[in-house]
Amino acid sequence: MSLGSYKQVVSARATDKAIQKVSQDGGIVTALFTYALEEQIIEGAVVAAPGDDPWDPKPLVAMTPEEIISAAGTKYTFSPNVWMLKEAVRHYGIEKVGIVGIPCQLQGIRKMQSYPFGTRFVADKLALVVGIFCMENFPLASLETFINEKMKSSTHVTKKMDIGAGKFWVETLDDKLSIPLKETHGYEQAGCNICKDYTAELADISTGSVGSPDGWSTVFSRTVSGDDILSQAIEAGVIETKVMDDVKPGLGLLEKLANGKKDNAEKEIASRTELGLPVPF
Amino acid sequence: MLARIKRFLGLGGKAEKEAKPIKPKDDESSQQEVEKVADKPKIGYFHLSGCTGDGVALTENYDILADLLTDMIDIVYGQTLVDVWYADENNPYAVDDMPEMDLALVEGSVCLQDEHSMHELKKLREKAKLVCAFGSCAMTGCFTRYCIGGQQAQPKHESFLPIGDLIQVDCAIPGCPVSPEIIAKVVVALINRDMDYLQPMLDMAGCSSACGCDLNLSIVNKALCTGCGTCAMACQTRAIEMINGRPELNEDRCIKCGICYQHCPRSWFPEERIKQDLGL
Repeated sequence: MSLGSYKQVVSARATDKAIQKVSQDGGIVTALFTYALEEQIIEGAVVAAPGDDPWDPKPLVAMTPEEIISAAGTKYTFSPNVWMLKEAVRHYGIEKVGIVGIPCQLQGIRKMQSYPFGTRFVADKLALVVGIFCMENFPLASLETFINEKMKSSTHVTKKMDIGAGKFWVETLDDKLSIPLKETHGYEQAGCNICKDYTAELADISTGSVGSPDGWSTVFSRTVSGDDILSQAIEAGVIETKVMDDVKPGLGLLEKLANGKKDNAEKEIASRTELGLPVPF
Repeated sequence: MLARIKRFLGLGGKAEKEAKPIKPKDDESSQQEVEKVADKPKIGYFHLSGCTGDGVALTENYDILADLLTDMIDIVYGQTLVDVWYADENNPYAVDDMPEMDLALVEGSVCLQDEHSMHELKKLREKAKLVCAFGSCAMTGCFTRYCIGGQQAQPKHESFLPIGDLIQVDCAIPGCPVSPEIIAKVVVALINRDMDYLQPMLDMAGCSSACGCDLNLSIVNKALCTGCGTCAMACQTRAIEMINGRPELNEDRCIKCGICYQHCPRSWFPEERIKQDLGL
């Protein structure tokens, strides 16, 4: 159960060339939301769009495919998407809302659905919760440390950030730089250290690059509604798939990383407990 | 009926032990799936010092309210939902006639200088098996914490306390106001004797003060915050903004309701319930 409960898992990518061009990996989040919007499964989605500083994202309530595509690509710092959820329902009047989030954000959303103390008529508007795999998240200043200090480059000329093959990568306008991932250790936010969820186990559909070849993503459908939407998107040809067992590096690597996160969290939880600090899970 | 509530809440239909149909299925008038709860819980609704927002939220369960009040619960005391209360202007102690009840829902904080409320509160503790602080005023004092008296109709009314400061409280539901959905979920849990669902609210009963600064003291200072934004989403007065991935409190807007902390996934986390609700 290191990967959580799921209905199907595939290796997949968006078929739309325009999405492939801007996406982090397989473009699954972008493809799912644009498809759901066109099929009126959702009326809008909360996504992490570039902020005034492009690497300091801010949540956006995207109502058109163009807006969704504008938010494609991973940002490795905070975008408090859950904050915008109520705004999407109240201010934008969205009756069927989609949202993308990392595991801790999904925990906030799902807790609100099960215990909606003060969130009048928000929980029932959620139509599609997409989760992304997440090992840890960084304060913006940590990213600046990696890029400005360790790589002697600048976030201002950074086109894409990525984590893969044991390295933190930065694509600038004319170069591709990297530092070993272990140089980033100790710069993640402290709250991540007790999190046991790598594969967004509470999502309707969760996705991330690990396990699939370059340019493709590993995709899990978890809930009944998530499974329906994923199957429809595949059938509609918006997403193309490969059988998970046929691709390299496959689920083995994903399991290894997921278990590693769980083990590290257990250690941190044990040390917190010894100190008498609170632990929610 | 229970099935309708569950559909309303988007919950899966399980076999119900406590509920049984009172009309045959082929009866024309039974198309609404009316079911009757065998032992209807007797509920008292007490309105102390608050704005009636929680009572309004209760009635906002439009789809199920009439059946809820008729077939599922008996309201044995209340000024608004039923006209059963004991206020005799010649006798402030007329509440001595208060009936026995399974659950007392108490809305509003209690004013120390309000003789009638004080007496009603002590009496309901004697008469009710379970006392629930219903809404943040009763639970934490909420915005009545800012009261300083000196106003009409009674300038002496100055000191407003969460009810837990004066009586034993068994269960608390925070919110300013509480949402209609949480009320319906609590009613379903009560009827099904689903104590697991209610447990967090039993645990919260001991909490009688709250503030947006709890986020800093109990979450950020304790290395638990991940900047997810749930607190800012839950805040009902927009007192919280997310700045650099952490909640920033505007104290002028904070009403000390406690919603931000209770919604935070790092204060407590009902993992089993969530997985059950999602079918995972």
